[in-house]
Amino acid sequence: MAVLLRRLGHFVGNVIEGLGYIAAFAGHIVAVTVRPPLRWREFLDELFKVGVLSILIICVSGLAVGMVLGLQGYNTLVRFGAENSLGAVVGLSLIREMGPVLTALLTTGRAGSSVTAEIGTMKATEQLDGLRMMAVDPIDYVIRPKAWAMAVAMPLLSALFIVMGIGGGYVVGVGLMGIDSGTFLSSLENAVDFHDDVAGSILKSVIFGTLVGLISTYRGYTATPTSVGVSAATTSTVVLASVSVLIFDYFITALWGV
Amino acid sequence: MNASSTRDFLVGLFVLAGLLALAYLSFSIGGLQYKGTGGLTVFATFDQIAGLKPKAPVEIAGVKVGQVTAIRLDDTYRARVDLNLDKDLRLPVDSSAAIVTAGILGDRYIQLSPGAEGSFLQPGEQIAYTESALVMERLIGKFLVNVGDKPTQQDGETPKEIP
Repeated sequence: MAVLLRRLGHFVGNVIEGLGYIAAFAGHIVAVTVRPPLRWREFLDELFKVGVLSILIICVSGLAVGMVLGLQGYNTLVRFGAENSLGAVVGLSLIREMGPVLTALLTTGRAGSSVTAEIGTMKATEQLDGLRMMAVDPIDYVIRPKAWAMAVAMPLLSALFIVMGIGGGYVVGVGLMGIDSGTFLSSLENAVDFHDDVAGSILKSVIFGTLVGLISTYRGYTATPTSVGVSAATTSTVVLASVSVLIFDYFITALWGV
Repeated sequence: MNASSTRDFLVGLFVLAGLLALAYLSFSIGGLQYKGTGGLTVFATFDQIAGLKPKAPVEIAGVKVGQVTAIRLDDTYRARVDLNLDKDLRLPVDSSAAIVTAGILGDRYIQLSPGAEGSFLQPGEQIAYTESALVMERLIGKFLVNVGDKPTQQDGETPKEIP
Protein backbone atom coordinates (compact mmCIF):
# COMPACT_ATOMS: atom_id res chain seq x y z
CA MET A 1 0.00 0.00 0.00
CA ALA A 2 2.70 2.40 1.03
CA VAL A 3 4.62 1.49 -2.12
CA LEU A 4 1.60 2.24 -4.29
CA LEU A 5 1.03 5.55 -2.57
CA ARG A 6 4.68 6.44 -2.99
CA ARG A 7 4.45 5.62 -6.68
CA LEU A 8 1.30 7.70 -7.05
CA GLY A 9 2.95 10.59 -5.27
CA HIS A 10 6.01 10.26 -7.46
CA PHE A 11 3.86 10.20 -10.58
CA VAL A 12 1.82 13.25 -9.60
CA GLY A 13 5.00 15.06 -8.61
CA ASN A 14 6.51 14.29 -12.00
CA VAL A 15 3.42 15.51 -13.85
CA ILE A 16 3.36 18.78 -11.94
CA GLU A 17 7.09 19.22 -12.40
CA GLY A 18 6.72 18.62 -16.14
CA LEU A 19 3.89 21.16 -16.37
CA GLY A 20 6.08 23.64 -14.54
CA TYR A 21 8.92 23.11 -17.00
CA ILE A 22 6.58 23.56 -19.98
CA ALA A 23 5.17 26.73 -18.41
CA ALA A 24 8.67 28.11 -17.86
CA PHE A 25 9.52 27.17 -21.46
CA ALA A 26 6.39 28.97 -22.74
CA GLY A 27 7.25 31.97 -20.59
CA HIS A 28 10.74 32.00 -22.10
CA ILE A 29 9.28 31.98 -25.64
CA VAL A 30 6.96 34.87 -24.79
CA ALA A 31 9.85 36.76 -23.17
CA VAL A 32 12.09 36.48 -26.26
CA THR A 33 9.17 37.34 -28.54
CA VAL A 34 8.66 40.79 -27.05
CA ARG A 35 12.41 41.44 -27.27
CA PRO A 36 13.84 42.64 -30.62
CA PRO A 37 15.05 41.57 -33.17
CA LEU A 38 11.84 40.31 -34.73
CA ARG A 39 13.40 37.35 -36.65
CA TRP A 40 10.86 37.81 -39.46
CA ARG A 41 12.97 35.83 -41.95
CA GLU A 42 13.09 32.70 -39.77
CA PHE A 43 9.38 32.99 -39.01
CA LEU A 44 8.47 33.12 -42.70
CA ASP A 45 10.64 30.07 -43.45
CA GLU A 46 8.94 28.13 -40.66
CA LEU A 47 5.51 29.26 -41.83
CA PHE A 48 6.42 27.86 -45.24
CA LYS A 49 7.35 24.49 -43.74
CA VAL A 50 4.42 24.25 -41.35
CA GLY A 51 1.74 25.96 -43.43
CA VAL A 52 2.40 25.83 -47.15
CA LEU A 53 3.71 22.27 -47.15
CA SER A 54 0.64 21.13 -45.17
CA ILE A 55 -1.88 22.64 -47.59
CA LEU A 56 -2.12 19.58 -49.79
CA ILE A 57 -2.82 17.06 -47.00
CA ILE A 58 -5.25 19.48 -45.34
CA CYS A 59 -7.21 20.16 -48.52
CA VAL A 60 -7.39 16.53 -49.61
CA SER A 61 -8.42 15.40 -46.12
CA GLY A 62 -10.97 18.19 -45.85
CA LEU A 63 -12.53 17.27 -49.17
CA ALA A 64 -12.67 13.57 -48.23
CA VAL A 65 -14.16 14.27 -44.79
CA GLY A 66 -16.75 16.62 -46.28
CA MET A 67 -17.76 14.08 -48.90
CA VAL A 68 -18.12 11.32 -46.31
CA LEU A 69 -20.16 13.63 -44.09
CA GLY A 70 -22.38 14.44 -47.04
CA LEU A 71 -22.92 10.79 -47.82
CA GLN A 72 -23.47 9.62 -44.25
CA GLY A 73 -25.54 12.65 -43.36
CA TYR A 74 -27.74 12.21 -46.41
CA ASN A 75 -28.34 8.51 -45.73
CA THR A 76 -29.30 9.23 -42.13
CA LEU A 77 -31.38 12.33 -42.80
CA VAL A 78 -33.32 10.80 -45.67
CA ARG A 79 -34.89 8.32 -43.23
CA PHE A 80 -36.56 11.23 -41.47
CA GLY A 81 -37.30 13.07 -44.68
CA ALA A 82 -34.95 15.80 -43.51
CA GLU A 83 -32.36 15.63 -46.28
CA ASN A 84 -32.86 19.35 -46.85
CA SER A 85 -30.92 19.97 -43.63
CA LEU A 86 -27.80 18.34 -45.06
CA GLY A 87 -26.07 21.71 -45.40
CA ALA A 88 -26.59 22.42 -41.71
CA VAL A 89 -25.32 18.98 -40.66
CA VAL A 90 -22.18 19.16 -42.80
CA GLY A 91 -21.43 22.79 -41.98
CA LEU A 92 -22.00 22.64 -38.24
CA SER A 93 -20.07 19.43 -37.66
CA LEU A 94 -17.14 20.70 -39.74
CA ILE A 95 -17.04 24.17 -38.21
CA ARG A 96 -17.62 23.24 -34.60
CA GLU A 97 -15.63 20.03 -34.26
CA MET A 98 -14.07 18.30 -37.19
CA GLY A 99 -12.30 21.24 -38.80
CA PRO A 100 -10.23 22.37 -35.81
CA VAL A 101 -9.67 18.90 -34.33
CA LEU A 102 -8.76 17.00 -37.49
CA THR A 103 -6.56 19.85 -38.70
CA ALA A 104 -4.72 19.83 -35.38
CA LEU A 105 -4.24 16.05 -35.51
CA LEU A 106 -3.08 16.12 -39.15
CA THR A 107 -0.74 19.03 -38.56
CA THR A 108 0.70 17.29 -35.51
CA GLY A 109 1.57 14.30 -37.64
CA ARG A 110 2.68 16.29 -40.68
CA ALA A 111 4.54 19.22 -39.13
CA GLY A 112 4.75 18.80 -35.35
CA SER A 113 6.73 15.59 -35.59
CA SER A 114 9.21 17.11 -38.03
CA VAL A 115 9.65 20.16 -35.78
CA THR A 116 10.53 17.87 -32.88
CA ALA A 117 12.86 15.75 -35.00
CA GLU A 118 14.62 18.83 -36.34
CA ILE A 119 15.18 20.42 -32.93
CA GLY A 120 16.10 17.07 -31.40
CA THR A 121 18.70 16.42 -34.10
CA MET A 122 20.10 19.91 -33.64
CA LYS A 123 20.46 19.09 -29.97
CA ALA A 124 22.01 15.68 -30.62
CA THR A 125 24.56 17.18 -33.01
CA GLU A 126 25.32 19.97 -30.52
CA GLN A 127 24.12 22.73 -32.83
CA LEU A 128 22.10 24.26 -30.00
CA ASP A 129 25.23 24.29 -27.86
CA GLY A 130 27.06 25.92 -30.78
CA LEU A 131 24.46 28.70 -30.83
CA ARG A 132 24.90 29.19 -27.10
CA MET A 133 28.66 29.42 -27.60
CA MET A 134 27.99 32.34 -29.95
CA ALA A 135 25.78 33.95 -27.29
CA VAL A 136 22.64 33.25 -29.37
CA ASP A 137 19.74 32.01 -27.32
CA PRO A 138 18.48 28.85 -29.13
CA ILE A 139 14.99 29.47 -27.79
CA ASP A 140 15.06 32.87 -29.43
CA TYR A 141 16.64 31.78 -32.71
CA VAL A 142 15.32 28.23 -33.26
CA ILE A 143 12.29 27.59 -31.05
CA ARG A 144 10.41 30.87 -31.23
CA PRO A 145 9.83 31.00 -35.03
CA LYS A 146 8.68 27.36 -35.06
CA ALA A 147 6.24 27.74 -32.17
CA TRP A 148 4.76 30.94 -33.60
CA ALA A 149 4.50 29.49 -37.10
CA MET A 150 2.45 26.61 -35.73
CA ALA A 151 0.12 28.91 -33.79
CA VAL A 152 -0.41 31.19 -36.81
CA ALA A 153 -0.75 28.44 -39.41
CA MET A 154 -3.32 26.37 -37.49
CA PRO A 155 -6.37 28.67 -37.79
CA LEU A 156 -5.63 29.27 -41.48
CA LEU A 157 -5.25 25.55 -42.19
CA SER A 158 -8.41 24.83 -40.22
CA ALA A 159 -10.36 27.39 -42.24
CA LEU A 160 -9.09 25.83 -45.48
CA PHE A 161 -10.06 22.38 -44.19
CA ILE A 162 -13.59 23.56 -43.37
CA VAL A 163 -14.11 25.30 -46.70
CA MET A 164 -12.86 22.25 -48.59
CA GLY A 165 -15.10 20.04 -46.44
CA ILE A 166 -18.16 22.17 -47.16
CA GLY A 167 -17.21 21.96 -50.84
CA GLY A 168 -17.02 18.17 -50.58
CA GLY A 169 -20.39 18.00 -48.83
CA TYR A 170 -21.86 20.26 -51.51
CA VAL A 171 -20.51 18.06 -54.30
CA VAL A 172 -22.01 14.93 -52.77
CA GLY A 173 -25.29 16.47 -51.63
CA VAL A 174 -26.07 18.59 -54.67
CA GLY A 175 -24.17 16.76 -57.38
CA LEU A 176 -24.68 13.14 -56.40
CA MET A 177 -27.82 13.08 -54.28
CA GLY A 178 -29.72 15.78 -56.09
CA ILE A 179 -30.48 18.16 -53.25
CA ASP A 180 -31.36 21.60 -54.51
CA SER A 181 -28.32 23.88 -54.51
CA GLY A 182 -30.17 26.76 -52.88
CA THR A 183 -31.65 24.45 -50.24
CA PHE A 184 -28.21 23.20 -49.28
CA LEU A 185 -26.68 26.65 -49.01
CA SER A 186 -29.59 28.31 -47.22
CA SER A 187 -29.77 25.50 -44.66
CA LEU A 188 -26.02 25.97 -44.13
CA GLU A 189 -26.25 29.73 -43.79
CA ASN A 190 -29.28 29.64 -41.52
CA ALA A 191 -27.73 27.11 -39.16
CA VAL A 192 -24.30 28.68 -38.82
CA ASP A 193 -23.88 31.78 -36.72
CA PHE A 194 -20.65 33.73 -36.43
CA HIS A 195 -20.70 34.25 -32.68
CA ASP A 196 -21.95 30.79 -31.77
CA ASP A 197 -20.03 28.66 -34.24
CA VAL A 198 -17.34 30.35 -36.32
CA ALA A 199 -15.77 32.35 -33.49
CA GLY A 200 -15.57 29.19 -31.38
CA SER A 201 -13.99 27.32 -34.26
CA ILE A 202 -11.30 29.99 -34.63
CA LEU A 203 -10.71 30.00 -30.87
CA LYS A 204 -10.28 26.26 -30.88
CA SER A 205 -7.81 26.21 -33.73
CA VAL A 206 -5.74 29.01 -32.15
CA ILE A 207 -5.57 27.10 -28.86
CA PHE A 208 -4.71 23.85 -30.65
CA GLY A 209 -2.02 25.59 -32.70
CA THR A 210 -0.42 27.03 -29.57
CA LEU A 211 -0.65 23.66 -27.87
CA VAL A 212 0.89 21.69 -30.72
CA GLY A 213 3.59 24.31 -31.27
CA LEU A 214 4.50 24.32 -27.60
CA ILE A 215 4.54 20.55 -27.19
CA SER A 216 6.50 19.81 -30.36
CA THR A 217 9.19 22.40 -29.67
CA TYR A 218 9.42 21.47 -25.98
CA ARG A 219 9.77 17.77 -26.76
CA GLY A 220 12.52 18.49 -29.27
CA TYR A 221 14.30 20.88 -26.94
CA THR A 222 14.30 18.41 -24.05
CA ALA A 223 15.03 15.33 -26.18
CA THR A 224 17.79 13.01 -25.00
CA PRO A 225 20.63 13.88 -27.40
CA THR A 226 20.91 10.44 -28.97
CA SER A 227 19.26 8.89 -32.01
CA VAL A 228 17.02 6.84 -29.71
CA GLY A 229 16.18 9.95 -27.73
CA VAL A 230 15.19 11.92 -30.84
CA SER A 231 12.96 9.14 -32.10
CA ALA A 232 11.34 8.79 -28.66
CA ALA A 233 10.77 12.55 -28.53
CA THR A 234 9.11 12.52 -31.97
CA THR A 235 6.79 9.69 -30.95
CA SER A 236 5.99 11.41 -27.70
CA THR A 237 5.13 14.65 -29.52
CA VAL A 238 2.56 12.93 -31.71
CA VAL A 239 1.02 11.04 -28.79
CA LEU A 240 1.01 13.90 -26.30
CA ALA A 241 -0.13 16.56 -28.77
CA SER A 242 -2.96 14.40 -30.18
CA VAL A 243 -4.24 13.41 -26.76
CA SER A 244 -4.08 16.92 -25.35
CA VAL A 245 -5.83 18.32 -28.43
CA LEU A 246 -8.71 15.89 -27.88
CA ILE A 247 -8.88 16.56 -24.14
CA PHE A 248 -8.70 20.33 -24.60
CA ASP A 249 -11.41 20.03 -27.25
CA TYR A 250 -13.74 18.49 -24.70
CA PHE A 251 -13.08 21.19 -22.13
CA ILE A 252 -13.35 24.08 -24.58
CA THR A 253 -16.67 22.68 -25.77
CA ALA A 254 -17.89 22.12 -22.22
CA LEU A 255 -16.81 25.54 -20.94
CA TRP A 256 -17.73 27.78 -23.84
CA GLY A 257 -20.30 25.60 -25.57
CA VAL A 258 -18.76 25.79 -29.02
CA MET B 1 17.59 34.83 -53.10
CA ASN B 2 15.35 33.62 -55.89
CA ALA B 3 14.34 30.50 -53.99
CA SER B 4 13.66 32.66 -50.96
CA SER B 5 11.39 35.06 -52.84
CA THR B 6 9.41 32.16 -54.35
CA ARG B 7 9.02 30.81 -50.87
CA ASP B 8 7.83 34.15 -49.57
CA PHE B 9 5.34 34.34 -52.40
CA LEU B 10 3.94 30.92 -51.49
CA VAL B 11 3.73 31.89 -47.82
CA GLY B 12 1.88 35.04 -48.82
CA LEU B 13 -0.45 32.99 -50.98
CA PHE B 14 -1.08 30.56 -48.11
CA VAL B 15 -1.89 33.36 -45.65
CA LEU B 16 -4.16 35.04 -48.21
CA ALA B 17 -6.00 31.78 -48.94
CA GLY B 18 -6.42 31.08 -45.22
CA LEU B 19 -7.72 34.58 -44.54
CA LEU B 20 -10.12 34.34 -47.49
CA ALA B 21 -11.40 31.03 -46.13
CA LEU B 22 -11.88 32.61 -42.69
CA ALA B 23 -13.67 35.57 -44.23
CA TYR B 24 -15.93 33.28 -46.25
CA LEU B 25 -16.82 31.31 -43.10
CA SER B 26 -17.40 34.45 -41.05
CA PHE B 27 -19.26 36.70 -43.45
CA SER B 28 -20.90 34.53 -46.07
CA ILE B 29 -21.75 31.46 -44.01
CA GLY B 30 -21.63 32.84 -40.46
CA GLY B 31 -23.69 35.87 -41.41
CA LEU B 32 -21.39 38.29 -39.58
CA GLN B 33 -22.41 41.79 -40.58
CA TYR B 34 -20.65 45.05 -40.21
CA LYS B 35 -23.12 46.80 -37.97
CA GLY B 36 -23.49 50.49 -38.50
CA THR B 37 -25.36 52.19 -35.70
CA GLY B 38 -27.69 49.27 -34.99
CA GLY B 39 -31.22 48.95 -36.26
CA LEU B 40 -34.67 49.97 -35.12
CA THR B 41 -35.19 48.38 -31.72
CA VAL B 42 -38.77 47.96 -30.57
CA PHE B 43 -40.45 45.52 -28.21
CA ALA B 44 -43.73 43.67 -27.89
CA THR B 45 -45.33 41.72 -25.05
CA PHE B 46 -47.09 38.41 -25.47
CA ASP B 47 -49.16 36.16 -23.21
CA GLN B 48 -47.55 33.05 -24.62
CA ILE B 49 -44.44 32.73 -26.75
CA ALA B 50 -44.31 28.91 -26.76
CA GLY B 51 -40.82 28.18 -27.92
CA LEU B 52 -39.89 31.43 -29.64
CA LYS B 53 -36.10 31.76 -29.36
CA PRO B 54 -33.67 34.67 -29.56
CA LYS B 55 -32.39 35.15 -33.13
CA ALA B 56 -35.72 33.98 -34.55
CA PRO B 57 -36.51 35.95 -37.72
CA VAL B 58 -39.02 38.78 -37.90
CA GLU B 59 -40.90 38.94 -41.18
CA ILE B 60 -43.30 41.19 -42.99
CA ALA B 61 -45.13 39.47 -45.84
CA GLY B 62 -42.53 36.71 -45.75
CA VAL B 63 -39.59 39.08 -46.11
CA LYS B 64 -37.08 39.01 -43.26
CA VAL B 65 -36.78 42.47 -41.75
CA GLY B 66 -35.02 41.74 -38.45
CA GLN B 67 -34.63 39.32 -35.60
CA VAL B 68 -35.52 38.68 -31.98
CA THR B 69 -32.71 39.91 -29.75
CA ALA B 70 -33.93 39.11 -26.24
CA ILE B 71 -36.85 37.50 -24.42
CA ARG B 72 -37.63 38.04 -20.76
CA LEU B 73 -40.51 38.16 -18.30
CA ASP B 74 -41.81 41.64 -17.54
CA ASP B 75 -43.38 42.93 -14.30
CA THR B 76 -46.87 41.79 -15.28
CA TYR B 77 -45.74 38.21 -15.99
CA ARG B 78 -46.00 38.59 -19.73
CA ALA B 79 -43.22 37.76 -22.13
CA ARG B 80 -41.37 40.83 -23.34
CA VAL B 81 -39.69 40.26 -26.70
CA ASP B 82 -37.10 42.73 -27.99
CA LEU B 83 -36.88 43.04 -31.75
CA ASN B 84 -34.06 44.49 -33.81
CA LEU B 85 -35.42 45.60 -37.18
CA ASP B 86 -33.77 47.03 -40.27
CA LYS B 87 -32.67 50.59 -39.65
CA ASP B 88 -34.58 52.15 -42.52
CA LEU B 89 -37.82 50.26 -41.85
CA ARG B 90 -40.73 52.61 -41.09
CA LEU B 91 -43.41 50.78 -39.16
CA PRO B 92 -46.80 52.45 -38.51
CA VAL B 93 -47.67 52.79 -34.82
CA ASP B 94 -50.76 50.57 -35.13
CA SER B 95 -48.83 47.62 -36.57
CA SER B 96 -49.35 44.24 -34.94
CA ALA B 97 -47.02 41.35 -34.16
CA ALA B 98 -47.97 37.68 -34.19
CA ILE B 99 -45.98 34.59 -33.28
CA VAL B 100 -46.48 32.03 -36.01
CA THR B 101 -45.03 28.66 -36.86
CA ALA B 102 -43.29 27.59 -40.03
CA GLY B 103 -45.25 24.46 -40.95
CA ILE B 104 -47.14 22.58 -38.24
CA LEU B 105 -44.23 21.79 -35.95
CA GLY B 106 -41.58 24.07 -37.42
CA ASP B 107 -39.63 26.91 -35.89
CA ARG B 108 -41.49 29.90 -34.53
CA TYR B 109 -40.96 33.35 -35.89
CA ILE B 110 -42.61 36.73 -35.60
CA GLN B 111 -44.81 38.10 -38.32
CA LEU B 112 -45.49 41.81 -38.39
CA SER B 113 -48.59 43.23 -40.02
CA PRO B 114 -48.11 46.92 -40.79
CA GLY B 115 -50.96 49.20 -39.77
CA ALA B 116 -52.39 52.20 -41.54
CA GLU B 117 -51.48 55.13 -39.27
CA GLY B 118 -49.45 57.98 -40.68
CA SER B 119 -47.00 58.13 -37.75
CA PHE B 120 -44.24 55.60 -37.31
CA LEU B 121 -42.78 53.66 -34.38
CA GLN B 122 -39.72 55.27 -32.84
CA PRO B 123 -36.76 53.27 -31.44
CA GLY B 124 -37.58 51.83 -28.00
CA GLU B 125 -41.35 51.98 -28.46
CA GLN B 126 -43.78 49.13 -28.06
CA ILE B 127 -45.78 47.28 -30.68
CA ALA B 128 -49.14 47.46 -28.91
CA TYR B 129 -51.16 44.87 -30.78
CA THR B 130 -49.92 41.31 -30.40
CA GLU B 131 -51.21 37.84 -31.07
CA SER B 132 -49.78 35.06 -28.96
CA ALA B 133 -48.48 31.75 -30.16
CA LEU B 134 -50.88 28.90 -30.67
CA VAL B 135 -49.92 25.96 -28.50
CA MET B 136 -50.67 22.79 -30.41
CA GLU B 137 -51.10 20.66 -27.27
CA ARG B 138 -53.67 23.07 -25.83
CA LEU B 139 -55.62 23.14 -29.10
CA ILE B 140 -55.70 19.35 -29.21
CA GLY B 141 -56.78 19.29 -25.56
CA LYS B 142 -59.68 21.68 -26.26
CA PHE B 143 -60.69 19.69 -29.30
CA LEU B 144 -60.78 16.45 -27.32
CA VAL B 145 -62.87 18.04 -24.56
CA ASN B 146 -65.34 19.33 -27.13
CA VAL B 147 -65.59 15.97 -28.87
CA GLY B 148 -66.07 14.27 -25.50
CA ASP B 149 -68.93 16.62 -24.64
CA LYS B 150 -70.99 16.02 -27.78
CA PRO B 151 -72.62 12.65 -26.98
CA THR B 152 -74.07 14.04 -23.73
CA GLN B 153 -75.83 16.75 -25.73
CA GLN B 154 -77.32 14.23 -28.12
CA ASP B 155 -78.76 12.29 -25.19
CA GLY B 156 -81.11 15.18 -24.64
CA GLU B 157 -79.54 16.51 -21.48
CA THR B 158 -78.94 20.17 -20.95
CA PRO B 159 -76.08 21.30 -23.13
CA LYS B 160 -72.97 22.05 -21.18
CA GLU B 161 -71.29 25.33 -21.62
CA ILE B 162 -68.19 25.00 -23.65
CA PRO B 163 -65.46 27.12 -22.24
